[in-house]
Amino acid sequence: MKKTAFIFIIIFTLLVIAASPFVGATKIPFSTIKDFNLATTAGQIFYSLRLPRVFTAFLAGAALACCGVALQAMFRNPLATPFTLGISSGAAFGAAIYVLLAAVVSIPFGSIVFSFIGSLGAVLLVYGFTRIRKGFSVDTMLLAGVAVNFFFSSLILFLQYISDFTQSFRIIRWLMGSVDVTGFQTPIVFLIFTVAGVAIITAQNLNLNLMSISDEIAIARGVDVQKSRKIIFFATSIMIAVVVAYCGPIGFIGLMAPHICRLLVGCDHKILTAASVLFGGAFLVLCDTIARILIAPAEIPVGVITSLLGGPFFVWLLLKNPSGQSA
Amino acid sequence: MNQTVIETTELSFDVSGKRILDKLSFSISSGGRIFIVGPNGAGKTTLLRCLCRIIGHYRGTIKIKDRDLKTYSQKNLAKILTYVPQTLPADIQFTVHQFILMARYPHLTPFSVISPQDEKFVTDAMEMTQTVCFADRVMATLSGGERQQVSIAAALVQQAEIFLLDEPATYLDYRHQRDIHSLLMKINKTYGTTIVCVTHDLNSAVLNADSIIALKEGKIIFTGKPADIMNENILERIYSKKFSFVQHPVANRKIIVPDVVE
Repeated sequence: MKKTAFIFIIIFTLLVIAASPFVGATKIPFSTIKDFNLATTAGQIFYSLRLPRVFTAFLAGAALACCGVALQAMFRNPLATPFTLGISSGAAFGAAIYVLLAAVVSIPFGSIVFSFIGSLGAVLLVYGFTRIRKGFSVDTMLLAGVAVNFFFSSLILFLQYISDFTQSFRIIRWLMGSVDVTGFQTPIVFLIFTVAGVAIITAQNLNLNLMSISDEIAIARGVDVQKSRKIIFFATSIMIAVVVAYCGPIGFIGLMAPHICRLLVGCDHKILTAASVLFGGAFLVLCDTIARILIAPAEIPVGVITSLLGGPFFVWLLLKNPSGQSA
Repeated sequence: MNQTVIETTELSFDVSGKRILDKLSFSISSGGRIFIVGPNGAGKTTLLRCLCRIIGHYRGTIKIKDRDLKTYSQKNLAKILTYVPQTLPADIQFTVHQFILMARYPHLTPFSVISPQDEKFVTDAMEMTQTVCFADRVMATLSGGERQQVSIAAALVQQAEIFLLDEPATYLDYRHQRDIHSLLMKINKTYGTTIVCVTHDLNSAVLNADSIIALKEGKIIFTGKPADIMNENILERIYSKKFSFVQHPVANRKIIVPDVVE
């Protein structure tokens, strides 16, 4: 049953990735792409716009879902995500600073560097609370994350307030989330960071299983919980930094994908992590395709679609688990 | 056989200025059944949590098999000792089999495949703890007694030679209390596992232990043979109340009886 569900997720992923580049405002006949002809308009749209975009969406979704699954297990809380913990808004604040700075200086991969500093800063703030007060509960840590989230959100608002009209528009547009890219440079950067991050988290699968039960049990079984937490926090901040730098703080994938996968394949991270990564990727590709075709030829920011789908899901989750526990 | 496996020297632990453990020095030898008793807040659970390093910032030294506890990696420590908490969380979504199999953790690497040998350990432990019949049930659906049996099965699968148990039978009915204590006795006799068990139940300590440590306000008040703690003066010092005793009809021991309140 669980194996069947996992196979279903793989097939779903492959189908979405294969079909999505052919869907959009411009029809792409299969004949124009099979000989890699970049001279035609259709070929150009297919190879330098849609394919890179599908790959970017897949890798970004995969990274977000991977972070979500790790954080949910580590915090033993279904609402723990890069978003709710303030990691996304930390990264967004970093990247927003770079939007303003870019007018003055240009740094190679500046937005990634700045959003990494932001996400790491958010993580250190959240993690710092656990060091200051010994005997913290994971719930306290989650609340600290929510506070950090608000803190950085206000700072972003402040940045928008002091920036000029063009910069402010750029920040708003980017905060809505988008996977609109040209060429393969962005997908390749994504590939490197997502593969590295997912590999690090996958190596933590057994630890995640035990930590999702309780820290006591994890320690009794031999998990170095402190070290494992640091590794997970680090991997998450790297992955989130890249996603936010290129695509903006896309919400809800990190929340939804792990939950849906847990319902489908169960809570064993040896399968759950892989399933979430695939599903999260495929889901963002799907959302982006919807965003491209809904009011074509115009586009809706993909963040709007994921949040529109995610909002009701969030409520459903809360109604299903009134205590906010388990799932 | 009787080599020292746990040795503490001046073990102390404070929480926000309050002393929980106060310069405890004691040793536990291999293959023993040591019960730790004492009133609420005496530091019994804290002591166990220091021994398995859930609490790491204690003062003084703890030696496990002649080696400082702090020099062990968590994984290597888990090959030697394991901790059975008072209760498992009620909402675990893993099946019993999955949960027990996870206890192979210290013997695995992140990507190792479960071997038939690992499965054999699980089957053996489930047979010994009589948990085979609910192998495929989800942990969250088990009763308190069943969950405790599973917890001990997992400790067995971990193949640790020292079990630290925090009130394993406190919340269980009489039958399950007996089952857990006879299971611990069986494990101790079969594998020579050192059992360190915190309990509130003086009678079960006296009947099942081969040595008892009594704590009060973070200090050791008594350490010695079970028969010797059944003494009016010693018990009054530990619990600040008077006790009445009767002779156990089968075991050659005195046990305490509940008070009559007016």
